[in-house]
Amino acid sequence: MSDLHVRSAARPELLTVETSEGAQGLQRRDLTTKSELGRELGAVLRANGLTLDPNDVDVERSDDETMIINMGPAHPSTHGVLRLMLELDGEFVLRAKPVIGYLHTGMEKTGEVLSYVQGGTNVTRMDYLSPVANELSYSMAVEKLLAVEVPERAIWIRMLMAELNRISSHLVWMATNGMDLGATSMMIYGFRERELILAFFEKTAGLRLNLNYVRPGGVAADLPDGWEDDVVVICDTIYERSFEYDELLTGQPIFRQRMEGVAPLSAEEALALGVTGPLLRSTGVPWDLRRTMPYLRYDEVDFDVIVGTYGDNFDRYAIRLNEIRESVRIVRQCVEKMPRGDYRSQDPKVTPPPRARIGESMEALIHHFKLFTEGFAVPAGEVYSAIESPRGELGCYLVSDGGAKPYRLHVRAPSFVNLQAVPLLMRGGSVSDAITVISTVDPIMGEVDR
Amino acid sequence: MDAGGPRRSKGGNAEVIPLPPSAPPGVLTSDALASDAGFFPTPDQYLALVRALKDDGFELCADLCGVDYLEHFDRALPEGVTPTRFEVVVNLLSLSKRVRVRVRVQAGTKEPRVDSLFDLYPGSEAMEREAFDLFGILFDGHPDLTRILMPEEWEGHPLRKDYAVGRVPVQFKEAPGPR
Repeated sequence: MSDLHVRSAARPELLTVETSEGAQGLQRRDLTTKSELGRELGAVLRANGLTLDPNDVDVERSDDETMIINMGPAHPSTHGVLRLMLELDGEFVLRAKPVIGYLHTGMEKTGEVLSYVQGGTNVTRMDYLSPVANELSYSMAVEKLLAVEVPERAIWIRMLMAELNRISSHLVWMATNGMDLGATSMMIYGFRERELILAFFEKTAGLRLNLNYVRPGGVAADLPDGWEDDVVVICDTIYERSFEYDELLTGQPIFRQRMEGVAPLSAEEALALGVTGPLLRSTGVPWDLRRTMPYLRYDEVDFDVIVGTYGDNFDRYAIRLNEIRESVRIVRQCVEKMPRGDYRSQDPKVTPPPRARIGESMEALIHHFKLFTEGFAVPAGEVYSAIESPRGELGCYLVSDGGAKPYRLHVRAPSFVNLQAVPLLMRGGSVSDAITVISTVDPIMGEVDR
Repeated sequence: MDAGGPRRSKGGNAEVIPLPPSAPPGVLTSDALASDAGFFPTPDQYLALVRALKDDGFELCADLCGVDYLEHFDRALPEGVTPTRFEVVVNLLSLSKRVRVRVRVQAGTKEPRVDSLFDLYPGSEAMEREAFDLFGILFDGHPDLTRILMPEEWEGHPLRKDYAVGRVPVQFKEAPGPR
């Protein structure tokens, strides 16, 4: 067996053994039967409502004309550990297949051994660019089962934080997208502006990235003193600078040539593939859960749902840029309308008592102890709660058996589903277009692999 | 926990959605879930029901996942549904009607197996692969039923309830170590 480890270009079959993912990977054409090859083509066509003519399958193309290459999992443009297998004919992509699982850490399994109180620390790490959205989806699912009333102020704080998080997530997208296309200045600007928001998160929640701020029953802490001024400064700065990015990127001929008309997606394909979020809206479908199935108090604020026309890379870029502006609008209204009151539910079964009460009250001490050792029991039932995360529909399917830990915690990660559009979008394009496709689909591998 | 078993969340939050006219006869429904209307087809009715729902305006297959009810054969189900160990849960979304429905199919106990939704919703492909990978539920008609999150040579299906939770052994200072 030892000669298996000899890497030798003269023995390509050994190289295949060493690097192969087995059936998960893309197979060589000469190892692929006609039906398999047709199946893959057919799957793409079926998304279009078409069926495959078996005679169209090009099995004759010999392998010395095409080449299968691996892109990733450590390629800088793959945003983490996405591995793509591309079959190329010269510069053009014939077939593409994402191979995922390199960041799989079993978070759904972990969710079953953590109590509902601890669960937030787990889900917040899934989509690491929009932790608030993860916590929100999870908390709303738990609250639905508990039937616990969330105070008005907590709801508005959640909205404020979720929208700030959407801005920061889209800013990182603008930054990395710029990086992928060689617009390195955008990379620096995107991360610079995101820092404003992360600093505010740190002031509010104590942490910059994995906040665990939204919790079942409310939020972890009230907004800090003088938060209005901070938020207004953030809004003013980012709104103003969004026009600078517009000028920097939209006015850039190279950027436009690489984005406009590249990798178009139609509404039928998007719906068939289950794609949501900016990708779906770029095809012209005005579907935004904040508007169409409102949660929190999104029905009380004024904002526009941005839709595209062509579903190409440029539409996806334009939607995200304009969503930053819309989120700024929502944040401003949150500042205006922020009610006074509690920032978390006063139900002692769900919310731990304030630190000062523990020294004085026996009851508070017991509640504190019970909550942090065994947590609270959640009535048995199954619930699905969905919110609009920066990447699409983020759902949480929660099964409770009446205990203090979820029986099953499933997260419907938008990136995981959106990734299925990648082979379709890459088909027929060049390798440099493939990079823009990964970028504008915006998969977050932490969420894809969970 | 009281003697009457665990507390159950009150259902009925969802609007009652009638079965689509083209649905196979005899599908059991429930409005007693904590959210959304629920349909409980048998594995035979499953594909026909989802097809009827798709024709009825449920354009998007939002979510598909498996659940292992190893410890809960006594869970609340509408009368007439025979509980099995594995359940496949499909959440469908209608953009035109702005409603969600949930389809819960009892997939079996020993060798869970249901039809694949790939022909109706190509987007369920990755989700079914995930359910196969983590639960070992087989999907008939799926074009590429391979593992998706775990390595290809992995043994077992990690989200099953009889699959142990992995742990890192704690090393204490005084404990006799390997060195």
